[in-house]
Amino acid sequence: MELLTLLLPILDSTVRSATPLLLACLAGLYSERAGIFDIGLEGKMLASAFMSAAIAYTTGNVWVGLLAGIGASLALSAVHGLASITYRGNQLISGVAINFFAAGMAVVAAQSWFGQGGQTPRLTDESRFSPITLPFAETLQDTPIIGPIYYELISGHTLLVYVAMLAVPLTWFVLYRTRFGLRLRAVGENPSAVDTAGVSVIGLRFAAVAICGVLCGIAGAQLATAEPAAGFVKDMTAGRGFIALAALIFAKWRPWYALFACLLFGFLQAIALRPDQIELVLGFKVQLQLLDALPYILTVVILAGFVGKAIPPRAGGEPYVKER
Amino acid sequence: MKKLATSIALALSLASTTAFAEPAVLYDLGGKFDKSFNESAYNGAKRWADETGEKFAEVEIQSDAQREQAIRRFAEAGKNPIVMAGFSWATPLGEVAKDYPDTKFSIIDMVVDAPNIKSTVFAAEQGSYLVGMLAALASKNGAVGFIGGMDIPLIRTFACGYAQGAKDAKEGMKVVSNMTGTTPSAWNDPVKGSELTLAQISQDVDVVFAAAGATGVGVLQTAADKDILSIGVDANQNYLHPGKVLTSMLKRVDNAVYNSFKAGVDLETGFNQMDLSNEGVGYALDEHNEALITDEMKAAVEAAKAKIIAGDIKVHNYSSDESCPSYEF
Repeated sequence: MELLTLLLPILDSTVRSATPLLLACLAGLYSERAGIFDIGLEGKMLASAFMSAAIAYTTGNVWVGLLAGIGASLALSAVHGLASITYRGNQLISGVAINFFAAGMAVVAAQSWFGQGGQTPRLTDESRFSPITLPFAETLQDTPIIGPIYYELISGHTLLVYVAMLAVPLTWFVLYRTRFGLRLRAVGENPSAVDTAGVSVIGLRFAAVAICGVLCGIAGAQLATAEPAAGFVKDMTAGRGFIALAALIFAKWRPWYALFACLLFGFLQAIALRPDQIELVLGFKVQLQLLDALPYILTVVILAGFVGKAIPPRAGGEPYVKER
Repeated sequence: MKKLATSIALALSLASTTAFAEPAVLYDLGGKFDKSFNESAYNGAKRWADETGEKFAEVEIQSDAQREQAIRRFAEAGKNPIVMAGFSWATPLGEVAKDYPDTKFSIIDMVVDAPNIKSTVFAAEQGSYLVGMLAALASKNGAVGFIGGMDIPLIRTFACGYAQGAKDAKEGMKVVSNMTGTTPSAWNDPVKGSELTLAQISQDVDVVFAAAGATGVGVLQTAADKDILSIGVDANQNYLHPGKVLTSMLKRVDNAVYNSFKAGVDLETGFNQMDLSNEGVGYALDEHNEALITDEMKAAVEAAKAKIIAGDIKVHNYSSDESCPSYEF
């Protein structure tokens, strides 16, 4: 019981920290599975965080804000698609450009719009996502073990957290059980085969990039408009887009693995928040810097092939050129 | 051609020395309206401008790489004095200042030793001590929290003074301290600020002090959401969540900027400490938090303030020896 009261807030925080990572990671998964590398996840999240907070504030409606955030992210996705699919540009450079563009534009726009130094005004409770109490959570609360777990851990998150969790089985289903998914995976492995079969490579890749935009949009909205957050602050993604990319490699480009990778990275972040409690349990002081670096270290270990092998989609990063 | 260029340059330099020298202020990363440190600097400059009707130049930098360039550009343009807010300006200022011996510089939060530089530092530990006392007196659970931005000695000075004040006010007070990170992004991560606050609440903390730039926005927000008290920093942040912010630890950056601007080209250079005795630091009391601060609390803090000024209470300064007797980092 003692352990449970210690563990539950940590796991609770794990779920919250993992949500934006998971959404961004799945976003990257769609895009990269279709052969389009996307290091612009960070920028898209940031653009969405800004737009969702700004619009939620001005309209007072968080749903309109969410749509606006997704819209902003989709617009950047379109730019990425245009540059790397239509004009066959370098996908990495386009991604970097998007990151810089979003970081700068969000602040400039926020400053000229609200004049609060690149922040949006604080969102009130009506204009942000509030935690949802699942049915029976209150009544079951006193049941030993299951009660607190259900009440604290599973219930009481914002809607976007549940959306992120549901996106995992959905992604698995779409990728592995539908025709669209098969084609999408094929286009990342061997686009000419897909083309030979008479399916549009360009169309599929744009669809993948668009899905990526929508998911990044939700991730950004989660950062800025879902409680405990209440507004946009410049650079607030703070590298989460890059951790999501690391998680994607760690997960070997698979949806269920992505869930576990993001939960693991979220868990590392959650315990890094509580050095005192960790010290009590373990009996020695854990270096916070080590915990912060661990996601990247783990990714490098995976990439180096020590634990299994991470093989990226074969046609990833290469623009498709029809043979003449 | 070369002669022409020299004469133009000469004419320009003559013009710049004879004309009225416009003062300039350079803000640190985090931006002019961070509701905290930089905004306080801006308020001081603005107060001077409103009073005198003069104009001042200002710049918000976007990255560390722009620091030297920004100072140089203002010095070249004949701005005088040039005030910069933030310890990170120290290194570039040390480089630039010797190239412009006739320009007066003023740096806040750091000491740079040069004949044309005024260095203003705040006794942050004294102000933190007072808000630490208030936190301990307001806490019902016997635990108070501190959330810092980037883990640097300056922020540890805040944490150390705060811990000492809390423990002096109430025997056996539990102090929980967290730093947001070790990179500059730690100043701009309200999401992590919120998570840290929740983590501290799960450790019984019911008053939390945020010295974390824009990350503090998340701390104050979550504290208000979860119905615990928070303490703002640098500028008066009581108004952000009226009735939920216990007080703000004030660093009168505005006074430092104002004084430098007012002195103008006659700015007195050298070392300048702003502490409790000259109202350089303090705690905020206004209509938003008067219901939270009882008369007993106020009396206790005022008594401690008098003792610190008189030297009867020694508040430990972490920066002086990189150690803290009240809290183990």
